[in-house]
Amino acid sequence: MSISNSTELICFLVLAFVVILGSLGVVLLGNIVYSAFLLGGVFMAVAGLYLLLNASFVAAAQVLVYVGAVNVLILFAIMLVNKREDLKPIPGLQLRRFLSAGICLGLLVLMFRVVLITPWSLPGPAAIGEGATVRIGEHLFTDYLLPFELASVLLLMAMIGAIVLARRDIQTVDVGTGNEVNQSLIEKAGTPLLVDKTTT
Amino acid sequence: MLESFSGPVPLQAYLLLGASLFCIGVWGLINSRNAVRVLMSIELMLNAVNINLMAFSSFLDGDLIRGQIFAVFVITVAAAEAAVGLAILLSLYRNRVTVDMERFNLLKW
Repeated sequence: MSISNSTELICFLVLAFVVILGSLGVVLLGNIVYSAFLLGGVFMAVAGLYLLLNASFVAAAQVLVYVGAVNVLILFAIMLVNKREDLKPIPGLQLRRFLSAGICLGLLVLMFRVVLITPWSLPGPAAIGEGATVRIGEHLFTDYLLPFELASVLLLMAMIGAIVLARRDIQTVDVGTGNEVNQSLIEKAGTPLLVDKTTT
Repeated sequence: MLESFSGPVPLQAYLLLGASLFCIGVWGLINSRNAVRVLMSIELMLNAVNINLMAFSSFLDGDLIRGQIFAVFVITVAAAEAAVGLAILLSLYRNRVTVDMERFNLLKW
């Protein structure tokens, strides 16, 4: 085995180790802030895997979008809902955890079996390597043009929807017509709309 | 089974890694009681799918890298999903003053 091959193998093993341990930490750790930072580590390791697969553009997009945007958004959400609350114990929680772990392990075994017994038609066509970014650009503006434009519309809709959902102010007068509007079903400042009657 | 691969890391290794990450994400999605952690688990599952897409793109479709295009679209949709999900979470928190998934039970039968 040549030195480049062994280097690639070692990189893959280290990155896979980081991904598995990090994601286990994300779902198992008690402190949610640790989970968020571990999630950033997992995203970085996945970007490293993309680099191993000759996809530098997607690796850069992964770092920019996931680590730069999604992870920061999650940290902001943690900061905004940061109230220390002791969760009420629920009967049968432990049993539920073990049952779902069994189901997930079954799913894992099933997928491992599918991966290992399927005769993949390897090797495929030769990889184009560093020309991948140019090829992605060609795809995006020729045969994937419609999904590309739809993605921009989707992002606009998500942005407007997030602003509408998360804003706090109430407008009692319609901006366009000047009539009174009733937004009490959408949100009421200060008073919780859905009072939890089971605990109080 | 692994007789026909050229590089040091076979396709199956990436697929197994993606499967493991997906199952960890499913477990976290079912068992998290903090709503933020549920969103994190969804991100883990999306990343597992992306690893699969990239592995197939590199090993079976190295010429027309369609898997990379799909991964870019998945990343886009994941960003939109995270933004809307966290906005919904903030709105829920403002109304019920908790992030415990077990107490978001207004529609529970």
